[in-house]
Amino acid sequence: MAAEQSRLSATHVLEYPYRRSVGPIMGRFLTGLRDRRISGVRTGDGSIVVPPLEYDPATGAPVTEFVDVGPLGVVTTWAWVTTPRAKHPLTQPFAWALIKLDGADTGLLHAVDAGSADTMKTGMRVKPRWRDERVGDIRDIVCFEPEGS
Amino acid sequence: MSESLKPVTAIKAPVHLEFSYTAGRASTRFLRGMAQGKILGQRCPECGKVYVPPRGSCTICAVPTDVEVEVTGKGTVTTFCIVRIPSDSLSIDPPFTCAHILLDGADLPFFALIQECPFDEVRMGMRVEAVWVPKEELGPTFESIKYFRPIDEPDASFESYKEHL
Ligand SMILES: [Zn+2]
Repeated sequence: MAAEQSRLSATHVLEYPYRRSVGPIMGRFLTGLRDRRISGVRTGDGSIVVPPLEYDPATGAPVTEFVDVGPLGVVTTWAWVTTPRAKHPLTQPFAWALIKLDGADTGLLHAVDAGSADTMKTGMRVKPRWRDERVGDIRDIVCFEPEGS
Repeated sequence: MSESLKPVTAIKAPVHLEFSYTAGRASTRFLRGMAQGKILGQRCPECGKVYVPPRGSCTICAVPTDVEVEVTGKGTVTTFCIVRIPSDSLSIDPPFTCAHILLDGADLPFFALIQECPFDEVRMGMRVEAVWVPKEELGPTFESIKYFRPIDEPDASFESYKEHL
């Protein structure tokens, strides 16, 4: 048998190019982002859910009332990403965080550009950094950043 | 800025999975064969079945398949499907036909595109041959075979491929 040749290796990409309809509730949230507005919904017990849900999680009733929140908020929990991956929103190290926007009762998951893990703190105040060209997508918010920056 | 724009009703949400694929010994042999315009398989030393492309072992006998066999690009359509739904990820426009092709001397059909033939004339038992890319474009990839096309031979009998459906 001939001397063994080196084994072949290649990048293999599997991609499903889905386009997803968002419905009237998420559609309104995304449309708001395009106008730098962050909207949630009020549920039966009076709490404000952001991003909005189509149905009250406690009763299953459809939600009808939209409420604008933020744009500032507070970090309630976070995880530091030391090595961002290709599809992450930032190329430098950042935090994934749950952000409770002012007026909201739930956390919105987003990236926080805090510079270093030492700067990140639960309870820190953050503000959105908006993308210049907004299209109605969660990435219209590039990330959140410390309030004073 | 955008009071006049329409509300958002849909978003693009692609699923993107990036793998690093290592071919392994048998598939590497096969792919290096492709780069030379050859179709290489392996024969099971116990049951005698020829696997194209080879996987390095016979799943029925659970033994390594270390005997290399070269087969020609001629074969028989065992079964097929007509693709009618367009997609961004397709490089040709539908309708077109893909088929399972059992190469002469092989015991395992593989999936390939059929061209140079109206899509609705492809049939079970149809005789076809591989059409290769130009020699200078040959590479260690399945894409070295552009597609299969019909050849002027009588259809193979159902008996001849019924074990391979
Ligand atoms: Zn076997």
